[in-house]
Amino acid sequence: MHLGLPPWAVGGAVAVALVLPLLFKNFLVFQLTLVMIYSIAILGLNLLTGFNGQFSLGHSAFYAIGAYTAAILMDRFDLAYYWTLPVAGMACFVFGFLFGLPALRLEGVYLALATFALAVATPQILKSSPLEPFTGGVQGIVILKPDPPAGLPVNADQWLYYFTLAVLLLMFAGAVNLVRGRTGRAMLAIREHPTAARLMGINTALYKSLTFGVSALYTGIAGALGAIAVQFVAPDSFTFLLSVSLLVGLVIGGVGSIPGCIVGGLFVLFVPNLAEHVSKGLAGAIYGAILLLVIYLMPSGAAGFARLIWARVSSRALKPSVTEGRTP
Amino acid sequence: MELFLHQVLAGLATGGIYACLALAVVMIYQAIDNFNFAQGEMAMFSTFIAWQLLQWGMPFWAAALAAGVVAFAGGVAIERIVFKPIRTASPLSHVVAFIALFAILNSTAGFIWDFNVKTFPSPFGSRPLLGSGLISTHDAGMIVVTVALLAFLYGFFRYTRIGLAMRAAAAHPASAQLVGIRVGWMMALGWGMAAAIGAVAGMMIAPVVFLEPNMMLGILLYGFAGAVVGGLSSPGGAVAGGFAVGVIENLAGTFVPFVGRELKLTIALVLIVGVLMIRPSGLFGRTVVSRV
Repeated sequence: MHLGLPPWAVGGAVAVALVLPLLFKNFLVFQLTLVMIYSIAILGLNLLTGFNGQFSLGHSAFYAIGAYTAAILMDRFDLAYYWTLPVAGMACFVFGFLFGLPALRLEGVYLALATFALAVATPQILKSSPLEPFTGGVQGIVILKPDPPAGLPVNADQWLYYFTLAVLLLMFAGAVNLVRGRTGRAMLAIREHPTAARLMGINTALYKSLTFGVSALYTGIAGALGAIAVQFVAPDSFTFLLSVSLLVGLVIGGVGSIPGCIVGGLFVLFVPNLAEHVSKGLAGAIYGAILLLVIYLMPSGAAGFARLIWARVSSRALKPSVTEGRTP
Repeated sequence: MELFLHQVLAGLATGGIYACLALAVVMIYQAIDNFNFAQGEMAMFSTFIAWQLLQWGMPFWAAALAAGVVAFAGGVAIERIVFKPIRTASPLSHVVAFIALFAILNSTAGFIWDFNVKTFPSPFGSRPLLGSGLISTHDAGMIVVTVALLAFLYGFFRYTRIGLAMRAAAAHPASAQLVGIRVGWMMALGWGMAAAIGAVAGMMIAPVVFLEPNMMLGILLYGFAGAVVGGLSSPGGAVAGGFAVGVIENLAGTFVPFVGRELKLTIALVLIVGVLMIRPSGLFGRTVVSRV
């Protein structure tokens, strides 16, 4: 269970991330921004499924709620884009918590079905007539890309990249803090053995619902950022397939690994494009084949693979000193 | 009253489709303790194979039988090749493997047979049954086939040695192995049977919804819902659940005011989740009690 990288790795990664937009074209910068957004969404799912053991196929719903909250606030109420993030986060926390309460009764596949119902229901509810004045129905809402603050030598895409990077660092730090403390231990205990956890005095109902809320908050903020980046929200962007993508990203990155979420985000954005490049007609088949290959080679995801490599390397580094001191 | 009866019968007709698929879902669940998201795609692929055989001039029942056999072999092969190597990986990795299988089958079918809608003949014809406007011969035939499949499975699991071996392998793999049951092959057999049932379901469904690579996803979801509502440990419950989902969906679409066509799926799923709140193991499922 990977709680965080050593400081030098984090520092190095952040330094590289800061420099990247200055080297690449706008479209790639936009894609990297999307990678970060997916990483935050996957981190939300990771908190719920990876650390707390509650299987969710419904995170596309929280992403959609976050996105639509941001879009409606920016379009109808002229709120500045940075204020939409906390509001979207809070709204999703409440929804997530409220959904988590009845979900307490469900385990495993039944919870999967309930969250799946949520994922499938969300686009239909967004399209429905009573909500159309707010959501814009099938056509959705178009919003304008925010301008960088005056005086900075970056364009709009690069500014959005840095803004997203700042949010990402904040949220990842928050997640690491959460998981390292008492709450994190309670979450893990519930995942491993709920009955034992309850016997130890952990209020499983409260923690499970709270985790649902926090998980929804993370994915909701990712959704809000997504809406700002793509400048458009529509019900059919947030179908069950998005939930599936997030799940795939979670497993590929490594369940229970916070840095792994970034790998997951990279996979989810770039590999489908790669598959389409290889063969237009068989894009899905190539994607499926790549997925299977990755699962065979790295059953515990990228994080598990990295851990394996690290263990091999560090044990090999130790060996000479261990044998040196021995008398023949 | 006339409308109500009509909707109920129409619901039973579509419910027959869901029940058929729910049976395949429960079959796989009994074998591997996990949902197979690619079940619908496997059924679709088998139906395309049947269609191709019909295009090449085979008579219907021969083509159907051949497609069923190919589906069975395919199911066994998929289990041995794709899932045996990752047997020890976490359940989430299995889910991703299912998703991969889904993508591969869907894309390959589209590549070979393109995405245009094709018609698939029904062995029962589609005239109204007994002259009344309530239900067509195909729908009635579909219900009969589903119930016959159910009876066959019940007999298989209850009264044959292999059925008993399969149940043992699924319930307690380690103990079953100690008694001499080849657990790996039991799982492969379970996959094969589920694939064959799926093929039958696909061939029943295709005349109604028309054959194209994306035909099964919506139906699979209803099939899952039916299986869960009925109880995953009970094939009979799954079939009942499938019928129930069909009827509920139709009645909700007709009688609940603001639902209409938009929110039909939502209402059905909400009702199902409601059932799960009251009876978490499904209507006919066995509640598993574990010792701490």
